Amino acid sequence: MCGIVGLHLRDPELYPRLGRLLETMLCQVAERGPDSAGVAVYGDHRRCPAGHAAVSVLLPAAGTALDDARARVTADIRAVLPGGPTPLVTAAGATTVIAAPVGVDTLVDAVRRSVPGALVVGSGLDLTVYKDVGGPRSLAATYDLANAQGWQGLAHTRMATESAVVPEGCHPFSVGPDQCLVHNGSFANHATIRRELEAEGVRFDSDNDSEVGARFVAAQLAQGADLDKALRLLCERFDGFYTLLVTSDDGFAVVRDAIACKPAIIAETVAWVAMASEFRALADLPGIDDARIYEPEPERVYAWRR
Amino acid sequence: MAPVAAEVAGAAGTVTFDLATTTVRALNSELHAPTATSYEVLHPQGAHAVAAGVYAPLTIDVRGHAGYYCAGMNDGATITVHGNVGTGVAENMMSGLVRVRGDASQSAGATGHGGLLVIEGSASMRCGISMKGIDIVVGGDIGPMSAFMAQAGRLVVCGDAGDGLGDSIYEARVYVRGAAGALGADCVEKELRPEHVAELAQLLAAAGLEPTGEYAPERFRRYGSARRLYHFAAHNSGAY
Repeated sequence: MCGIVGLHLRDPELYPRLGRLLETMLCQVAERGPDSAGVAVYGDHRRCPAGHAAVSVLLPAAGTALDDARARVTADIRAVLPGGPTPLVTAAGATTVIAAPVGVDTLVDAVRRSVPGALVVGSGLDLTVYKDVGGPRSLAATYDLANAQGWQGLAHTRMATESAVVPEGCHPFSVGPDQCLVHNGSFANHATIRRELEAEGVRFDSDNDSEVGARFVAAQLAQGADLDKALRLLCERFDGFYTLLVTSDDGFAVVRDAIACKPAIIAETVAWVAMASEFRALADLPGIDDARIYEPEPERVYAWRR
Repeated sequence: MAPVAAEVAGAAGTVTFDLATTTVRALNSELHAPTATSYEVLHPQGAHAVAAGVYAPLTIDVRGHAGYYCAGMNDGATITVHGNVGTGVAENMMSGLVRVRGDASQSAGATGHGGLLVIEGSASMRCGISMKGIDIVVGGDIGPMSAFMAQAGRLVVCGDAGDGLGDSIYEARVYVRGAAGALGADCVEKELRPEHVAELAQLLAAAGLEPTGEYAPERFRRYGSARRLYHFAAHNSGAY
C-alpha cells in the first residue's frame, strides 16, 4: 500500500507552520504504511541553519550505542573539517542530522571519513531527512515534526513489499543534493535497471526498488535534465506500479504509471500545492475549501518550481 | 437505542452525525439498524466507508468530501454527497440512488448490480469497471479505462471519455456526448437507434438533466461490445 504526502508552500507566511501541516497530513495516511515513516523538510533551520550544509545519516549503532556514537560525531567531524567549525548534531529517530557551515561535498566527505559505516540518507544546503521504522504517528512525535519550519516537505508511510523493514529501506530516498523521492507501488524491472546503473558506476545503499528510481532520477538530473524531463524518462524506462513524488532544491513533481492504480490527489491554492495518496490527508489544509482538487493522469508529469 | 453523538433535529426527524466528534463505525451501526429515515453527516473530511452497507430506504446527506467506498453496497437508500468522493463510490450498489455533487475518484460504481449513480462533476479512471447492471450518469468527463469488462447496465457521460473506454466490454451500453479517446479492445461505436434514444432520455431525466437542447439524447454516441472477444470461436479450440 504505502502512503505519500507532500506540501510545497507558495506563501512564506505559512513557512512556520510547515511541520504542523505535514504532521497532520502524515497521520492521515498512517494506516497505509504502518511499518515505517520517513520525512524530508526543506528549509528547517533548527537542524540546518542558513549558510550550512546538512547531511542526514544512519549511524551503524542502535540503542545506547547510538547515543554514544552521536556523542562522538561532533568531535570526529570537527577534527576533519577544514577550519574546524563545530557541527550541529541533532537526532530524529534512527537518523542523525549533521550540519556545518561548509559545502555539501565537504561535509559528506567529512562524514564518510570520520564515521565509518555511516549511511548517508540525505544531503544538501536546504534538506534534512528523518527516517525510522515504527508507527508513523509516534515517529512524527519522535522527529518533532510539528515544530519543523520550511518551505517544502514530504513524508512517506511504508508497507514494505520489495525489501526488509529496516531504517535504510525507509523512504524518502535522497541520493543527490537536495533531492528526494517517495514511491507508492513496486517497480517490476528494478533489478535490470539497477545492474545497468551499477555498470555505469552508480552505487546503491539498499535492496529497495524505490532506490533504483531515485538513482535513475539523480543520474538524469546530474546530466542536466529538469524534474519534468527526468520523470518522463523514468516513465519510458520503468515498468510496474508507481505514484512518485519527487522534490529538488526548487521543485516539486508528481507522476503515475500508465495504469495508475496507486492513488494520488493534488490540491492547489495560491498559497500552496499539496499532493497525497488520499483526500483525507488534505482535508485540514488552510483554504482547502477553495482549492483546485484533481487526480493526476497516467504518465503525465506535474511539476512546480519555487 | 439512540445514537450517542447524534442529534434529532426538530419535526423533520433528521438525525445528524458529526464525524468531527463521532466515528464512522457509530454512524454505520445506526444506518444498519436505523431509528429514523433521514440522516445528515457532517465533517466527513475524506473518511472511508461513509454510509456503506445501507439496506433500508433511508435519505442520507453527506455534507463535505468523503473517502473510499462511500455508499458502497447501497441497497435502497438515497445518498447524496455534497462534495467529492474517493475511490469506489457506490461500489457493488444493489439498488437506490447515490448522487455526488462534486467529482469522484477511481472505480466509481465498480461492480454495481443496480440502482442509479449520478456524478454531477467528473469521474476519474475506471468508472463503471465490471458494472453488472448499475446505471451511471456522469455530468462531466470520465477518466481512462472506464467501463472495463462492463457486463450490464448503462453508463452515460455528458463530457468526454478517456482512452481505453469499454475494454473487454460485455453487454453494458455506454453513451458519450463529448469525445471518446481510443476505444478499448472489442469496444466499438454502435448505431443510436430509437430505443437507445428513449432509454437515454429516461436516464438523463432520472439524473435530473432535462433531455432536450444541449442534453438531447441525439447528441450522444453509443458504444458497446463488438462481441468478438467473449464468444468462444470453434476455430480457436486448437489453442487450448
